[in-house]
Amino acid sequence: MPGLLSLDLLLIAAAAWLAIGLCGLLAARHQALVSQVLFPAGALVGLWVGVTGIAALGGDPQTAVLAIGLPDLPFHLRLDNLSATFAILLGLTSAGISVYSAGYFGKGDVAGLGTLCLEYHLFLASMLMVLLADDAYAFMVAWECMALSSFFLVTTDHKHEEIRNAGFLYLLIAHIGAIGILLCFGVMTGGAGDYSFAAMRSQELAPFWTSAAFLLALAGFGAKAGLVPLHVWLPEAHPAAPSPVSAMMSGVMLKTAIYGLLRVSFDLLHTTIWWWGVVALVVGLVTALFGVLYATVQNDMKRLLAYSSIENIGLIAVAIGLTLIFHAYGMDALAALAMTAVLYHCLAHAGFKSLLFLCTGSVLHATQERNLGKLGGLIHPMPWVAWLALAGIIAGAGLPPLSGFVSEWLLLQGFLFSPGLPHPWLNMVVPVAAALVVLVAALAGFAMVKFYGIIFLGQMREPALKDAHDAGPWERVGLVWLALITLFLGVMPSTVILRLDAATRQLLGAGLSDTLKEQGWWMLAPISAERASYEPMLVLVTIAATLLLSRWLVRSLYHGRVRRSSPWDCGYHFEGPRAQDTAEGFSQPIRRIFEPVFRMQRHFPAARDTQPFYSVKVEDHFWYWCYLPIARLANWISALIVTLQGGRIAIYLMYSFITLLVLLMVARP
Amino acid sequence: MTASIPLSAQLINLFAAVILLLAFAMLAQRRMHSLVNLFALQGLALCLATLVAAVSTGQVHLYFSAGLTLLLKVLALPWILYRLVRQLNIKGDVEALINIPTIMLVGIGLVMVAFNVALPISELSHTITRGTLGIALAVVMLAFLMMITRQKAISQVVGFLSMENGLFLAATSATYGMPMVVELGIALDVLVGMIILGVFFFQIRDQFDSLDIRHMEKLKDS
Repeated sequence: MPGLLSLDLLLIAAAAWLAIGLCGLLAARHQALVSQVLFPAGALVGLWVGVTGIAALGGDPQTAVLAIGLPDLPFHLRLDNLSATFAILLGLTSAGISVYSAGYFGKGDVAGLGTLCLEYHLFLASMLMVLLADDAYAFMVAWECMALSSFFLVTTDHKHEEIRNAGFLYLLIAHIGAIGILLCFGVMTGGAGDYSFAAMRSQELAPFWTSAAFLLALAGFGAKAGLVPLHVWLPEAHPAAPSPVSAMMSGVMLKTAIYGLLRVSFDLLHTTIWWWGVVALVVGLVTALFGVLYATVQNDMKRLLAYSSIENIGLIAVAIGLTLIFHAYGMDALAALAMTAVLYHCLAHAGFKSLLFLCTGSVLHATQERNLGKLGGLIHPMPWVAWLALAGIIAGAGLPPLSGFVSEWLLLQGFLFSPGLPHPWLNMVVPVAAALVVLVAALAGFAMVKFYGIIFLGQMREPALKDAHDAGPWERVGLVWLALITLFLGVMPSTVILRLDAATRQLLGAGLSDTLKEQGWWMLAPISAERASYEPMLVLVTIAATLLLSRWLVRSLYHGRVRRSSPWDCGYHFEGPRAQDTAEGFSQPIRRIFEPVFRMQRHFPAARDTQPFYSVKVEDHFWYWCYLPIARLANWISALIVTLQGGRIAIYLMYSFITLLVLLMVARP
Repeated sequence: MTASIPLSAQLINLFAAVILLLAFAMLAQRRMHSLVNLFALQGLALCLATLVAAVSTGQVHLYFSAGLTLLLKVLALPWILYRLVRQLNIKGDVEALINIPTIMLVGIGLVMVAFNVALPISELSHTITRGTLGIALAVVMLAFLMMITRQKAISQVVGFLSMENGLFLAATSATYGMPMVVELGIALDVLVGMIILGVFFFQIRDQFDSLDIRHMEKLKDS
């Protein structure tokens, strides 16, 4: 469209989302209209945002001033390469999720579909505005809109108490985070009172205040992203929300926090101090390890994915930390490598985690069951969901040839160069972090195998599962779309990285494109082809060829008499799904090895029990270490304050009166 | 010294003194009906003081203020209060929490404090009415004291309204009154507040069969 900048197109998209939401509210009674027309329309807008973002990558920053807001305080907007990258993420992921929602919310009777439609599209529009905001005021307004609309989406099913509690916890931590972000912006204005990002960029701050701003940003955006110890809302809110909403929150919303952190630490603050990187690296590592360990022991499929999201955010934070360290020492090529890993993992995680959350939505709709212990063997009644979930699983486990492998490989490549750091401690300690990252990747594989194996493989643990139905056409389209994104990111990394290079260059002044341009599209060798290279196409072709060859060999050499037996019955003869490995049993080794990490309450059957049973409940240490003491302190202070409340009006008036008298006496000139 | 003070300022001081005297009278008054009478008189004195200030300074909006005071505090509010007293059937003494002589002594102490506190502020002001700032503050404090020491909800409302009189006097004396918009806003607030409180009185009486605020002690969370 000539005459319209990409920024205008994105603004039109945000307005279109808002309009769709309002239409949903007005047409709330016509469920078919809302689900079959409005959600797909939202998906088209998402596609539009994605395509506009791709087109805007590599261009010059575009700015606009939007005359809404308070008098004399308009919204400043700016579209640069960083925001374009995350707009692509938002647009393409939300397109898949919206199409899926058309099917998901079309089935059955969803109460309040009209308000849901409004909240959902408001959520999308506010995330887009977060990415476009160019002053603290617009950013905070959009950020709070995002938090509030997602809060209402989480509490869609507000009749259950635990869902209301989850929503409250989410809102509470979102606000703690918002305070951190607000203070961070306050510090960055340097007392000049100009809250536009342009003014913050030109502000020269003392090292103490830059560090304060960075730490506030890490805490504030970390609360939204789910960095330890502010992660507790994630495993509560994700299972509580409807599946497309969980997908949107985990896939896209967490990335807006990463966007904010990148924006503050690489764009608005122009100095980088090396220990920031260490802080981010340590926090990220703890988060990743914590998330993956807890993911392995979960028995609720959505909680498992929520902990897995914590793990992935941790990995992203590790990569950000590595970027900061390299950047602080001026090793720009390596910083660009780590930054590419950050951006790539954001994209990859958005794709595969949304895909997996949507798959849990289909399973939930088909079986009404979230507990892994009551699922199993669903690959037979639900082949579409099962095979598409496999794509997400492979990416989530970080296996080639899908997207998760590329970003983790890039991150590890970055780590391999860390011995070259000019700091005597860092060059010894940082490589150790690489070992932990590998441990995280391996455990993530374990969690993903557990997720997939228990849900889709083996025998059905409940007889009712036979009636499970596969995903409907809309849902299939959404799932296939996200699986294609995952596949594309996995197979064509150089093509993607060459586009993302603009964002890396904008933030660091260096990129990978020079080395990548010399190589072909099939090959990814970020530093040099001699050092390390990855040819995803080759891997894909090899895997496919091996599979076909073995199939052909088996077919031609084997005698051909097919014998079917029930899977996973552990070799015993007694038939029955109960003989299979359970979700608890599967993760028992992890619980044993990492016992101090978990807070467990177990009940073992005794030898003489007539009705033996085993139960295990795993809880979060942080809940007992951080949150409950704070809650107790608040209760204690409240109890003290309550003694002031005698109930007599005369006493209350006396309080005001004495305060007035004292103030008058004190304030005498 | 008296010769140097112009007649208008003397008049204003006189009315302010009357307002203070009436505040003491309200503090000491036990009967509901007379309390409302005293409140109306206080409003009248305030109106006259504002009027004198308006005539002597020629500020147009002070005339409006005076008119507003007359309408609202001398006519409308006392009328509403009389009606309430009649409809709620409040008779006899208003019980004070502390005995009256002690309250009066405390009141005298408060007046001294108020004058002491207001002295530096009135030195900064250049209006002819600046001497009355101490009186205004004292009226506010005495009204507050009345709210604290009374037991019937309706006398607390009278105390509240009387406090507003004191604030109004303070505004007039320090800066020739607040901007018109603010004054209108406050007047409207007082009126609406009065009407809402009137509704509440009936609710309170239905609930507790009395307007005694001691019954409301049960309302706190435990």
